Amino acid sequence: MHCQAPIHQALDALDRRLIDSYQRGLPVCNRPFHTVAERLGTSEAEVISRLERLQEMGVLSRVGPVFDHARAGASLLAAVAVPEAERDAFAELINAAPGVNHNYAREHDFNLWFVMTAPDEPELEARLDALEARLGVPILRLPMLEGYHIDLSFPIPWAELERA
Amino acid sequence: MKTTDDLEFAATGAARHAPSAEAERRLRGLLEQGLPLVPRPWRTLAEQAGMAEDQVMACVHRWQADGMIKRLGLVVKHRRLGIQANAMVVWNVPDERVAEVGRRLAHETAVTLCYRRPRRLPDWPYNLFCMIHGARRERVEAELAAIVERLGLGDLEHRVLFSTHAYRQCGGRYVREGAA
Repeated sequence: MHCQAPIHQALDALDRRLIDSYQRGLPVCNRPFHTVAERLGTSEAEVISRLERLQEMGVLSRVGPVFDHARAGASLLAAVAVPEAERDAFAELINAAPGVNHNYAREHDFNLWFVMTAPDEPELEARLDALEARLGVPILRLPMLEGYHIDLSFPIPWAELERA
Repeated sequence: MKTTDDLEFAATGAARHAPSAEAERRLRGLLEQGLPLVPRPWRTLAEQAGMAEDQVMACVHRWQADGMIKRLGLVVKHRRLGIQANAMVVWNVPDERVAEVGRRLAHETAVTLCYRRPRRLPDWPYNLFCMIHGARRERVEAELAAIVERLGLGDLEHRVLFSTHAYRQCGGRYVREGAA
């Protein structure tokens, strides 16, 4: 489901305004999509069906809160160095472990990078130990010590995408 | 599991009592999966968590105020939109400079995340991490070069780790399995 062809061409002006305006600040009121619709000059039903479609297309992973990792539970950035030819198989094992998100291949000897999450620190360590045993290679464990920037939303460079 | 009290709250909408810690945990588990796309999403969540709609909204307000919720809205899968270049830039910064450099990097609009993490010597000498996203690799490289120039970071050892494949890109699941 990941990494299909870029599809920004399939998004019209209203889709883009939705994305640009509401990566944050979705109102917390009885009918949030009604409020959004009023601000964008459309109907509640239209907003809901747009969001459904964007979710089905895989443009949105969800509509909802982004929790602060450090406060919502335990998490850390982890990496392993595996033979490039076996990378997919290792990535599959990592994805199968409970609590894993954001699993990326990167250009480095440490070529698989993922975030391990858990309800608390002991469970996090247990999950990492279990995965390490499963993989048979040491896991580089890089907990966050200090965050200087904790906002994951960033403006979509639509114009740049058109040129790409 | 829902208690009789919780179900009564949901049924009557009574919000005089604070929701139980258990109900709040259920709510968080539900929220991690996203809002139901219906006209009254908080009411649907309230029914599922065993709370009243106004209690759910009060919880969300509280979590926003205390920083547990960083933002609420559309969670975009950038790669799907064609924002293919995702660079993790890692820096080896003398400990006494790391906070200052981290704060300055975080102020750059191209930088979406900036964290200090431990070194793991001898394998890993880098203690500052930031993310730069862009439609194309050349754009991200140009952006990084501009930042290094602007902030005078040319003396700091750093590496750029572009991602070559996303095996998974999704939100965290912190609530214990079976909790929701």
